Formats: sequence, structure tokens, C-alpha cells
Amino acid sequence: MSNQVSGQAPPEPRGQRSLPASEWRASWRRFRREHPRSRWIFPFVAVALAFSYPWWGLEGPLASIFNDGLGIDSDTLFNIAIYVMLALGLNVVVGYAGLLDLGYVAFFALGAYTLGWFGSGLFSNRSVHFLDTNASELPGIHLSFWVVLILAGIICAIAGVIIGWPTLRLRGDYLAIVTLGFGEIIPDVFRNGDDIFGHNLTNGVRGVTLMDRPGFGGTISDATGGVLPERYGSIELRPWYFTVLALMLITIFVNLRLRDSKMGRAWIAVREDEVAASAMGVPLMRTKLWAYAIGAIFGGFAGAIYGSFINGIFPTSFSFQISVIVLVMVIVGGMGNIWGVIAGATLVSWLNFIGLTKIGDWINDGIPGTSNDINISKYKFGIFGALLVLMMLFRPEGLIPSARRKAEFAEGEGTATLYDARA
Amino acid sequence: MTDAEENGMDNILAAERVRKEFGGLIAVNDVDFVIPRGGIVSLIGPNGAGKTTFFNILTGVYKPTSGGVVFEETLISGLAPHLVTGLGMARTFQNIRLFHNMTALENVMVAMHSRIKGGIWRSIFRTPALKREEEDARARARELLEFSGLRRKDYEFAKNLSYGDQRRLEVARALATEPKLLLLDEPTAGMNPEETANFTSFVSKLRAEEDITVLLIEHDMRVVMGISDRVTVLDYGEKIAEGAPKEVQHDERVIEAYLGTQATA
Repeated sequence: MSNQVSGQAPPEPRGQRSLPASEWRASWRRFRREHPRSRWIFPFVAVALAFSYPWWGLEGPLASIFNDGLGIDSDTLFNIAIYVMLALGLNVVVGYAGLLDLGYVAFFALGAYTLGWFGSGLFSNRSVHFLDTNASELPGIHLSFWVVLILAGIICAIAGVIIGWPTLRLRGDYLAIVTLGFGEIIPDVFRNGDDIFGHNLTNGVRGVTLMDRPGFGGTISDATGGVLPERYGSIELRPWYFTVLALMLITIFVNLRLRDSKMGRAWIAVREDEVAASAMGVPLMRTKLWAYAIGAIFGGFAGAIYGSFINGIFPTSFSFQISVIVLVMVIVGGMGNIWGVIAGATLVSWLNFIGLTKIGDWINDGIPGTSNDINISKYKFGIFGALLVLMMLFRPEGLIPSARRKAEFAEGEGTATLYDARA
Repeated sequence: MTDAEENGMDNILAAERVRKEFGGLIAVNDVDFVIPRGGIVSLIGPNGAGKTTFFNILTGVYKPTSGGVVFEETLISGLAPHLVTGLGMARTFQNIRLFHNMTALENVMVAMHSRIKGGIWRSIFRTPALKREEEDARARARELLEFSGLRRKDYEFAKNLSYGDQRRLEVARALATEPKLLLLDEPTAGMNPEETANFTSFVSKLRAEEDITVLLIEHDMRVVMGISDRVTVLDYGEKIAEGAPKEVQHDERVIEAYLGTQATA
């Protein structure tokens, strides 16, 4: 008996090992089919984890890993959230509509400067106050931060249409070059905007400082027992983070809804084949302009709250680097897939802000006896470049690709031969 | 054909002295052309005769150098393709141009773009009216796929469909724009005889059941002669013959254009 078993044993393990895995996968698929809502489990858990991070990541036993080890403190947390939002906005333009935009930072900057115009002391010869959280004798135009946020969205959408109108007639590489130009021009306009026909619109290189802060005012604050703060502080950073998370949720929501709409289908169709799309009744310009405008709106939202958070905006803060890094986030994560883009943006912005420094520290501490002063973050762009090249070589569809993108890249490998042998 | 017929109200499309030049090359040379409502008209001619160029002028891809195209009393030459489609003209492509990484169902639904409202705001808030509209569109897309012989292919990526199915999907997609006039650019190219026969009967069914006028560019003479009411022959951008299939078949200039003569050879 035992002899017989040992005789049969060799072929069995392979079959036994693979069977449960495939069975598990099949039953998971069945479960997903029978309970369509189950696809929300993972996003829900992710959102819950993100919202509760200040309690389990910044404090408590896990803080030594996340706050100290990985360096994700409340400041970095805010920056990561901002970049996730930017990446989600760019995803509409690049991931859905397939328009390569190398000047996305322009909208981020414009959003920030919108706060400069409507929520700071920039125009000190005027004194306009509307539902703001400042002292009423403070000079300048001070609208409620939430009004400014909406204005930033509107202004960026309009700017998106104005920039898009001439440029979106171009395709592919040409569009990329022109958007690159706009990304450079807009910060320059802000740099030289301190004397536009005698008006100081941007305060030039000195930038705009002392920005208004979001807040809900005394009445709402008292009514909610301080849960919604009267005015966001510079010590307590959690409200800032929650606000960006909320904006991010709105961005995700809009992304998802539009993806599954008539407009989303039109975007993908335009990306796939412009000629066929227009022959099927899709207006090319309008469809692309919508993508541009919607991407711009989220860039504007992010810009406005970012400007308020760092309490100052300078033309030099909005460099080409930001456009590139946000694009890298979208590509690394998986163009067109919201969850992929979020993962990519989180990873890359962590690396960008603190991760590389931390990795450098680990290496310096980990190698005994050597000089121990390798400054990894100095090679940031080299590392990002290498990361991008490696991604393109080994996983061009991104970390978490959409099914469609996966198919596209598979097509590139399988069928795009020099000539078709079947023809 | 008399003038009265040519200018009559019963033409769904009339092209007058249409000319297209690419640099020094005259691709289409002052062609007059009408499509009677409810007819199946074919456009034939040797390779490079200007058929596809002419087709592209009709659908708005090219703007003619001179001359005009009137579709249902609207001057369409120079209009953007999506507006022409909106008016009720749809086309397929000679070299299949599906949205390869979209499913068959999505391909068809894209083509409903000009027929469904679905604005941005209503899409974001997914109003009940929009939900209903989307469901109707989906149901209609399924119907069209079934009508075109693509049952159970709804969720296949277009690029994974067989060649014949891709051709069928192109037609289904064109039909989704709710056309009054359907322009088919070499729809049976690369099909085997059986597929071709199926396709021919499908086109006849279109006219009979859906009341759609058809313009066909075709190389397969059996298809052309089998289903056309009228055939127009182009050669070197010029119209050299027009008439019933039988007439055209025996026209000397047509035979000359296709087979060549001692003089031209």
C-alpha cells in the first residue's frame, strides 16, 4: 500500500498544487459574477484605510513603520494625496482620450494662482470679503476658499479649452510638443505677470504669500462640535488631508462615471481611430476639448488647495518636472485604470518626496564600514528614468492595467509584425 | 436618364461636378452622380479610378476642390464627417477600421453618439433618464449585433473577431448611426464565396427591412451585378458609364477600362 502510494506520488504534487489555486480563482470569478457589487470591496477597504491613516499610520504601533520607517508623515501624506489627484486628472487626458499632455502643470499653477487672485492679499488696494475666515479689515480679495476652489475649476476648464482649441488639432508627438510649450509658457507668464499694462497680477518672482485657508466658519464649526474646523491650522494637518481625500473621491467618482458614459466611449474611440470615430458621428474637437477641460478642472482643484497648504505660490514651484512626474505616475500605474493610477501616483510620489531619501538612509545604515553617504535622492531623475525604461521593457501596460490597455500592449507584441504572414 | 429624374425629389443624394485634385493629380474629375432613394447603387472601376476618393468626399473626409454634394436638401461638401453622419449617412471602410480594443457592443454604442443625448452632467450624476437612455442604447446595440449576425459576440474585443465578423461589425456599427444612406467600401473584399453570398443577401435585407439606401464600392462583379439597381463606372477620376448592370456590362468603354485594348496597352 505504502509502496503504491510512493510510486504514484511524483506526478501528484504538481496537479495538487495548481488545482486549489485555479479552483480558488474560478470560485472568486463566480463570486464576482454572482455579486457584482463585490468589486467595490477592495476600493472601499482602500478608501477606509486612506481615511483612517492618521490614526493607524501616524500614531499607534504601526507608526514606527509608516511614519518613521517609510517617512509618510502628515506633510508627505498631504503631498501624496495632491499628486494622486493630479494623476487622476491627467488620466482623463492621457489614459482615456489618449492625448499626450506634457504641460499639465499649467493647470496646477493656474489653480494655485486663482487662489492668489481671489484668496490672498495680492490686490491690497481692494478689500473684498465673502464668507471667508479672515479678519474683515485684511486688505485684498478674500472669497470663501470653497468658492475659490470652484472658481479654480472653472478658470482651469476655460483655460483648457483656450489652450486646447488650437493645439488639439494636432496629433500624437506634435500635440505633446505644443503642450510641453504651454507648460513652460504659463509659469513664465506668472513670473512676468507683475507688470501687465501697469497691473500687478502675480507679484512676479516674489510670488504670492499669506494665502487664505479653508474653513467652515464659526457657526458650522460650533454646530458640528469642531469636527468641521472653523479655519484650517498649520499644526493640525489632518483636515487638509481629509479635504484632499474628499476631492480625490470626487475625482474618482467623476472618472468612473465618465468612463462608462457616452463621453468615455467617445474618448476611447478617438484614441483608437480618429477617422473612424468621426465617421461614426463623434465630434473630434468637442470630445477632446472635454477631456482637456475635465483634466484641467482637477488640476485646478489640486492647485488651489496646494497653494493654500504651502501658504505661498511661486512661479518656480510649477516646473516641467511636475508634468513629467505626474505623467510617470499615470504610466507606471497603468493608463486608463483608476486603481492603477492611484497606486502608481502613491508609489511614485512617495519615492519623490521621501522614499528615495529613506532608501538612501537604509543603504547607508545597512552597509557597514563604508563611507556611508550615498545621496540617493540626488539621482532622482536618473532613477525615475530607469524606472520608466524598466516599466516599458517589462510591464508596459503599468502596474494595474485596464483590460483594454492590456489588450493594446498584447497587440503590440503579438500581431504588429513587419508584415502579416496570414495576409 | 433624363434631367427630370436626375434633379427629382427622389434622390437621396446628388453630387454635382465634384472635382478633387491632389497637387497636380486629378483624382475625381467633375463627376455628376445621384443616388435614388431606396436604391442599391454601385460604384465600380479599376484600381486607382478614384472610387474611394469620391467616397471620402461624399462622407466629408475630403473637401472637394470644386463642385458640391447635396444630401437630403443639405449641402454637405465641406461639412465635418460627424455632422454628415448626424444627417443620416454612414459608411464602412475598405481597410476595416474598427475600434480594435473595444468590445463589439462598445463599437456599436460609440456609433450611437449622435443619436443619444447623455450630457456630461447627466452622465456624472447618472440621472434616471440617462440610465434609461443607456439601457435602451445597449438593448438596441444588442439587437443590431444580432441582426448583423453577431450573436453572442457582444463582449469580444473587435480585434479578436474573425475577418467576416469584423466586416459584419463594421456594418452593424454603421447601422447604429441610424443612417438613411449606407456607404459600403468594398465590403466583400477578402471574403470567401459563401461569406460573400451571405453578405449580398444581408444587403438586400437591409433595403427590404430597414428601408436603407445603399451605395456600394465593389470589385466582385457577381455582387455588383446581382444586387445593384444601377452601376456607375469610374476610370481615371472620370465617369465613363452609368446605367443598369446589364447595360454597363456590355459598354465598350467599361470593357476597355477593365481589360485594356490594343491601343492603350
